[in-house]
Amino acid sequence: MDNTLAKPAAHQHAPPEGFLRKYVFSVDHKVIGLQYYGLALVAVVIGMVLSWLMRVHLGWSTFPIPGLGKLSAAGAPDNIMTPEYYLSLMTMHGTIMVFFVLTNAPFSGFGNYFLPIQVGAADMAFPRMNMMSFWVTLVAFLVLMAAFFVPDGPPLSGWTAYAPLSAVGKDAGPGQALGQSLWGISIAIFCVGQLLGSLNFIATTLDLRTKGMSLARLPFSTWAWFITSVIGLLAFAVLLPACILLVLDRVAGTSFFIPSGLVISDRLQPHAGGSPLLWQHLFWFFGHPEVYIAILPAIGIVSHILPAFMRKPLLGPRVLVGCMAAIAFLSYMVWGHHMFVSGMNPFSALLFSVPTLVITIPATVAVLLWIGSVYGAKLRFTSASLFCLGFISVFISGGISGFFLAQPSIDTYLHATYFVVAHFHFVMGVAAIFAIFAGTYFWMPKMVGRMMNETLGKIHFWLTFVGVYCIFMPMHYLGLAGNVRRYSAFTDDFLVPLIPVHQFITIAALITGAAQFIFIFNLIWSRFRGPKAPDNPWQATSLEWSTSSPPPFDNFGGKQLVVHHEAYEYGVAGSAGDYVMQTSPEVVKAQ
Amino acid sequence: MGKAFAVVLVIITVISTAVFIFHGQLLWLPEDISAHGHGIDHQLMETMAGSGFLFVLSQVLLGIFVWQSSDRSESRKIKTFPGGAKPMVVTAIVLVGLEILALSFVGSKVWAGIYLTPPDPGSMHIDLQAGQFAFYFRYAGADGKFGGLHPDKIDEGNGNFFGLDPANDVAARDDITSASLVIPVNRPIYLTMHSKDVIHSFYVRELRIQQDIVPGLLIPLHFTATKTGRYEIVCTQLCGLGHHNMRAYLEVMPEDQFDQWLKAKEAEQ
Repeated sequence: MDNTLAKPAAHQHAPPEGFLRKYVFSVDHKVIGLQYYGLALVAVVIGMVLSWLMRVHLGWSTFPIPGLGKLSAAGAPDNIMTPEYYLSLMTMHGTIMVFFVLTNAPFSGFGNYFLPIQVGAADMAFPRMNMMSFWVTLVAFLVLMAAFFVPDGPPLSGWTAYAPLSAVGKDAGPGQALGQSLWGISIAIFCVGQLLGSLNFIATTLDLRTKGMSLARLPFSTWAWFITSVIGLLAFAVLLPACILLVLDRVAGTSFFIPSGLVISDRLQPHAGGSPLLWQHLFWFFGHPEVYIAILPAIGIVSHILPAFMRKPLLGPRVLVGCMAAIAFLSYMVWGHHMFVSGMNPFSALLFSVPTLVITIPATVAVLLWIGSVYGAKLRFTSASLFCLGFISVFISGGISGFFLAQPSIDTYLHATYFVVAHFHFVMGVAAIFAIFAGTYFWMPKMVGRMMNETLGKIHFWLTFVGVYCIFMPMHYLGLAGNVRRYSAFTDDFLVPLIPVHQFITIAALITGAAQFIFIFNLIWSRFRGPKAPDNPWQATSLEWSTSSPPPFDNFGGKQLVVHHEAYEYGVAGSAGDYVMQTSPEVVKAQ
Repeated sequence: MGKAFAVVLVIITVISTAVFIFHGQLLWLPEDISAHGHGIDHQLMETMAGSGFLFVLSQVLLGIFVWQSSDRSESRKIKTFPGGAKPMVVTAIVLVGLEILALSFVGSKVWAGIYLTPPDPGSMHIDLQAGQFAFYFRYAGADGKFGGLHPDKIDEGNGNFFGLDPANDVAARDDITSASLVIPVNRPIYLTMHSKDVIHSFYVRELRIQQDIVPGLLIPLHFTATKTGRYEIVCTQLCGLGHHNMRAYLEVMPEDQFDQWLKAKEAEQ
């Protein structure tokens, strides 16, 4: 066999020795992937507990939460949450979830673990840089967590940190002192980690594909991680300097985002010449692509998993990749739709509205491709496939409300109401989380070598699927009724009658949240007690199933893989059954 | 399992849709008291109808296909959707394309009618200043001119919320300050808005208006209220710890009652 064209599957590093090198300061992309996943797991538990605390407060604002006073004596005297502490928890919830969960798990976590394997490489292109990107991210997380314990408490300006509230320092209120500076520093560090990671993903996808792995043969998940890293490279490169400027405004007396003549806490602020809208432009130029950094890997993961359980390929695989690329491209032209009511020229609202609406076309094509692919399938109902189907449903529900918010004339009414909260939680939060769950049930056997418990997985699915609809669907009604977001209590006359709806949502959130512990229990229990996983438990086709579970440190035991097929040869007459693996040299015959 | 999924999905879809429609007020919207609001409400209804249709159609279709695909009997062969990907692409482009064309065409007109038209020349000019955590409104007084703003002179303890300088500024002497936005019904209002500290937002549900007030910018807004009554003005941009308590009232009065109110307020100053 002529192997000269293939990249040698050379070990980029020797087998690791010693506990520290193997599991802590490891350059192995698989360990790093698990580290990212573990970090996301810790972050999501913290983020979820924060959301519980907020939900309890929103339903019953004077209800004492046992132990909360211990976490912050000033934030919860007599265990009753103060308005500023509510805002702080909300800020931390948003920041933790968006950055350390929705970016970390589907992109950095699964991407790190599976991108090199799916392209047939022994590791990432730059393993040391890869290790660095994780440790930098961990530092960012620790810096953010430190904000909980500084004297003035965590920041309270929201995950969007709008200036000048975020920029003027402690005059703007408790939490706007050191806590807000830590926020800016944490996010800046996080950007560095993402930039390094994105570079690595791009280089690995382009340069380390094994023999026969043409771009057309890449799995959807790899395509999604690749496209996401291109977006990430451009988006985080804007957020990084923006955060540095914000921190400079706070600590070095500059005025990038602060205009002159501000009187805060009865003090004329010593700033002049800055623009609060500049922060919004920079933030959303990152912020909108960030939505796709969370959701594109989810789209890729679901599209990768579904065929294995449908036993047939997706419709229009190239169209689907085209849709992902189109969404990524358009994501850079729409940031202004977050700013329809911001005071920017109202004419630009019309310009931002059109590409925003146009994004619904590739998104709809993707949805129809999934639905059309389910037609005529013989679905195997596993926890992974159920979460994929659930993903399609919540992605539709979340995407549809985008029609409303993309139009400035309607956004002027719904902006900053719970309608927006419902929209982004469904389409960005829940949809991406469903893909993370699907990915976990699907890949955990490969990652740890043990099968997860399917019964627990299905109970987890049903409680979560019904639960998220009970939580987020009513938020649309609240938004239409004009229920504004980011309020610690609903004391306004017109909001008081809506409190029962909030109480319903709170109960649903507590139950749905509790159901997540079934998942965490399953994860931990299966890791040690689950049945041993075979190499290819789902009879799937892509390269990760051509190696042992879990794979050896160099992924394929020094073998040079040769790829003969596209990634999803299901429903064909192969020697192993109704599928032909990418590495199998046999000729594919229709069944 | 597939049948259960289909049934649960359809139940979720039916309940979600029904709560939109069969709530006491259609689509939960509060009454509209503005001259421009019917355009927005109409646009909202159109969008709700179009996207509601797509929502139900796609969820139900997913449910049906999942139901069918749960039949794993040997006799059934795996099938591909007739025509493959092409009908999907065409449907998406045609259906959604038409929907967004219609929405942007009509919606842009609604938006432009509100934000890209000059205020009525006969409008009553009111000046708004937002600050942590209150709104203040200013009427120009007999001379029809507003006094200049001097942030260094802001003194809330003495009621100088705007930072006026009546000692040196003639125009400022007869400015009338109010904590409520009191306006005559059916009279066009021209509101100029500014903030003394951080970003706030002016939101009146019944007026269908939401507008951020950004420090450093003077933001104009115009509207006409068509019904008398008392409505809440709330801040919708996170502005600090008292954000949820930042509210004022919009009081829409008959013309004569408004004139009396303004006179009384003038005498107070």
